[in-house]
Amino acid sequence: MSLAIDAAKGRPRSAPSPARGDAVFRGLTLGAAIIVLAVLAGVFVSLVVGAWPALQTFGLDFFVTRSWNPVTEKFGALAPLYGTLVSSVIAMIIAVPVGLGIAIFLTETCPRPLRRPVGIAIELLAGIPSIIYGIWGLFVFAPFMQSVVQPALIGSLGEVPLIGPLFAGPPYGIGLLTAGLILAMMILPFIASIAREVFLTVPDMLREAAYGMGMTRWEVNRSIVIPHVRSALVGGTMLALGRALGETMAVTFVIGNAHRIPGSILQPGTTISAAIANEFTEATTGIYTASLVALGLVLFVITFLVLAGAQLMLGRMRRRAGE
Amino acid sequence: MSSKLARRKLVNGVMMGLTSLAAALGLAVLAIILVHLVVKGLASFDMTLFTEDTPGPNSPGGLRNAIVGSLIMTMLAMVVGIPVGVLAGTYLAEYGRFSRLSAVIRFVNDILLSAPSIIVGLFVYQMLVVTLGHFSAIAGTAALAILVVPIIVRTTEDVLRLVPDSLREAGLAVGVSRWLVIRKVVYTAARAGIVTGILLALARISGETAPLLFTALSNNFFSLDIDAPMASLPITIFQFALSPYENWQALAWAGALLITIAVLALSIIARLLTTKRKTS
Repeated sequence: MSLAIDAAKGRPRSAPSPARGDAVFRGLTLGAAIIVLAVLAGVFVSLVVGAWPALQTFGLDFFVTRSWNPVTEKFGALAPLYGTLVSSVIAMIIAVPVGLGIAIFLTETCPRPLRRPVGIAIELLAGIPSIIYGIWGLFVFAPFMQSVVQPALIGSLGEVPLIGPLFAGPPYGIGLLTAGLILAMMILPFIASIAREVFLTVPDMLREAAYGMGMTRWEVNRSIVIPHVRSALVGGTMLALGRALGETMAVTFVIGNAHRIPGSILQPGTTISAAIANEFTEATTGIYTASLVALGLVLFVITFLVLAGAQLMLGRMRRRAGE
Repeated sequence: MSSKLARRKLVNGVMMGLTSLAAALGLAVLAIILVHLVVKGLASFDMTLFTEDTPGPNSPGGLRNAIVGSLIMTMLAMVVGIPVGVLAGTYLAEYGRFSRLSAVIRFVNDILLSAPSIIVGLFVYQMLVVTLGHFSAIAGTAALAILVVPIIVRTTEDVLRLVPDSLREAGLAVGVSRWLVIRKVVYTAARAGIVTGILLALARISGETAPLLFTALSNNFFSLDIDAPMASLPITIFQFALSPYENWQALAWAGALLITIAVLALSIIARLLTTKRKTS
């Protein structure tokens, strides 16, 4: 058999035998695949090693300490952790319903000739780098927040008992809310395009049967389409959350980079990734650098868990789709 | 009965109206961002961007060193990342399609795909900057390559799986060895899809800032030395935008416009390739 091939290719007989070539190629592909595993393991190990001095010095207190003081070398992760979670939660509260709305619009209400172009536009926007959102947030959105949105919030919601303190204080422009809103704009196209893709996997027959029963458009979407793809939607939402948690540049521009836990979401704070981006090259002492790496380790563990959860939810849908 | 129907119709009208509003809102926000970008970017867009290096405060200049630095590091990262990504994707789709190891690698790859890029920067800092003792374009390239690989692995595996098994079987049946079948038959059939993945990966890393912050650092001067710190467009935008100098801020906007044009162009080309494949 190999004779026929060699003759057909006009190859000299001294060429390596096909079986050997196959073994070499197989080994190469396997090696490349192992690299993927090695990178993830390498990231984890290098973060643990780099963070070790800080974890050893501060112990578990690291996670509940508010102070971040390079002068006294007392570092704690609580403030950046708080900022990361709060800004991501704000982003999700806004982007998930709006993103789902866009997806429903694209699969139901939108005039047919417009569906493809609008869908493509949203997918293209999902690819715009985060630094673009950052620079726009700094020069355009933050001044707008300062002059229009924040004074309005302070004047209205700031007076309401219980939630009032969340909207208290002078309008800085930058701060947790601004960062959350920029994050929302960033992950919005991402959520919309995932949800649209997921909605399109719903068999038309299900929709038609529901319409045949006399359901309205909204009822079909709420009671048939969304429940049918629930786990995939949760998975997609968790993917978006993973992005929001680890997003660096868009946030760094507008969060204010203050290591404190503000009572009001209108005030400056910081996130894990913003703290690392801002301070890493300035960190002069070993323990300072190690504390920043420890922050990175915390972020890595959180996003790993969120993304792993997302994979499990999406995997369930893929398996079902494959059946 | 009819009042219930009227209520259902009302709810339907309100909710479907809200979805249209959501779409209008989303598209409006994104359009506003693009308009600002074009207006502010074009204001300081001229040929000196490409012919002069980054200036000091309040003096004229361009972005040449940053543009060249970005091109060098992204290209090197692609050169490293493409073979690793394509080969690993080949393993997942061909040799190890049903193996337990592949399931684990797929899972890990999907996590790396969305892992925060600043974490990759920290990893490369620990591995290369600390051991080599200085910031360098090599470290920046490594960080970008790590971001490239998972994207290409994923797209390569996906498109290779689209190639019908009958093609593989036909090759194997006439006695061609498996790796020749993969190289000559499968890769040929899936070429457009693989290229699409490569372009998407290129688009993704052209705007990446966080992984370069403490690997390639930056450089105020024109440099081709990959063993030294190198300027890049995203880092320059970051530094200039946060500076108090107006000419630096203007250059940051021009750079932002450049990156956006590059990223959108790459994504559109990638998309055209896929649609062509689907229609043919």
